[in-house]
Amino acid sequence: MTNFERFLDTFFNGKVMLKYLPDILSGMVVTIELAVLIVLSGLAAGLALALIRSLAIRPLNWLIIFIVDLFRSLPPLVIIVLMYFGLPYGGVSPSGFVSTWLSLALVLMAFSEEIFWAGITSVHKGQWEASRSTGLSFGQTLMNVVLPQALRLTIPPLTNRTIAITKGTALGTVVAVTEILGEASSAVSNSYNPSPLMMGAAAYLVLFLPVVVLARRLETKFAWKR
Amino acid sequence: MIQTFFNLEIIAAAWPIVLSGLLNTVLLSLIVVPLGLFGGLILALLASVRNPLVRWPLMAWVDFFRAFPPLVLLILLFAGLPFAGLELGGFACVAIAFFLNTGSYYGEIFRAGIDSVPAGQVEAGRSTGLSRLQAMTHIVLPQAVRNVLPDLLSNTLEVVKLTSLGSVVAVPELLYQARQAQSLTYNPTPIVVAAIIYFLMLWPLVRLLSRLENRALVGRR
Repeated sequence: MTNFERFLDTFFNGKVMLKYLPDILSGMVVTIELAVLIVLSGLAAGLALALIRSLAIRPLNWLIIFIVDLFRSLPPLVIIVLMYFGLPYGGVSPSGFVSTWLSLALVLMAFSEEIFWAGITSVHKGQWEASRSTGLSFGQTLMNVVLPQALRLTIPPLTNRTIAITKGTALGTVVAVTEILGEASSAVSNSYNPSPLMMGAAAYLVLFLPVVVLARRLETKFAWKR
Repeated sequence: MIQTFFNLEIIAAAWPIVLSGLLNTVLLSLIVVPLGLFGGLILALLASVRNPLVRWPLMAWVDFFRAFPPLVLLILLFAGLPFAGLELGGFACVAIAFFLNTGSYYGEIFRAGIDSVPAGQVEAGRSTGLSRLQAMTHIVLPQAVRNVLPDLLSNTLEVVKLTSLGSVVAVPELLYQARQAQSLTYNPTPIVVAAIIYFLMLWPLVRLLSRLENRALVGRR
């Protein structure tokens, strides 16, 4: 065997790859499930917090700012570990899947609230006053005048953040979630061969590369011309 | 409840372990942040060469590492390389993975900053007799860095938080040490303490950033 053949046999071993392909595929399904749940719940919660903040109730806003700051400054892995290894001592035992989902959704909530809020405040005060004086209610002004402009502004920073946080699904492997990295790692220790890890890496690229390229397009499309 | 999650006796017992973890986290950050900045600067300088043969591969490189979860990269180095006969150890793997991953993010930021400086400035500098490199270091970069300072800080915050991944490959940083202390004491207090330390350490930066970001987005209208 030449060196190159040995390299291929080690890192891209056809037999091993074929054997563990179903595992990697089922890992992909779990990763997608987690990602979709995180994005939907995280963004919804972030938008909800930003809307509550626009009501301008002082003590409530302080609480929101504190929660946002908290989840922006804690590393996601620390939150996951705290939930999975810490909460059971208090009598609640969330599964690895739930811990990862909730942790990353909270982090996305914090980051997206900041972005949504910045978008909302970027709409000029005069527009609020103008729509209110034409007889629109607070809610109508928010939904029909402010949000459409605010959301457009938030798209580039939001896509970036969302991708970065969704990639964090790989952290689930630390708390035994059977997503791509988890499946790949256990396949490596079962087969004494790194090929499943290469497959796992490829699986992540298949999932996330299109999203990154799409985000780049969105960014240029919605970028504000200076 | 307080006895379980914030036990003072446990804190006293675990403090030396947690403190050594904190020191390692600070040390690790002091190493990987400059490393990422350096990598990013090189990427951005290369991308400022307007040759498509250089620019396209670079863009592919950056997108590749933006799509790749840092933990996967780290595990790939830590668990994959030994099969090629290369045993690097957790610390070196973290350094390499961060160089590749955060370098790409920093690179994108620097690139945006360089693009934000009008081309006329380079032309003016060049016509006064500055070389291309001089124009870049004396005219473009200082303005570029100032224009993207909030993004640079925000990415640095993410990098410091990301050092917690070191715990997965047994680098004795804050999270790893806290987990060690937790399994020694059968009590979650050390992890709670670690979380509080992370929060106190990074909160000022988060506050500063949220001000800068609001101003940037609002100022654009």
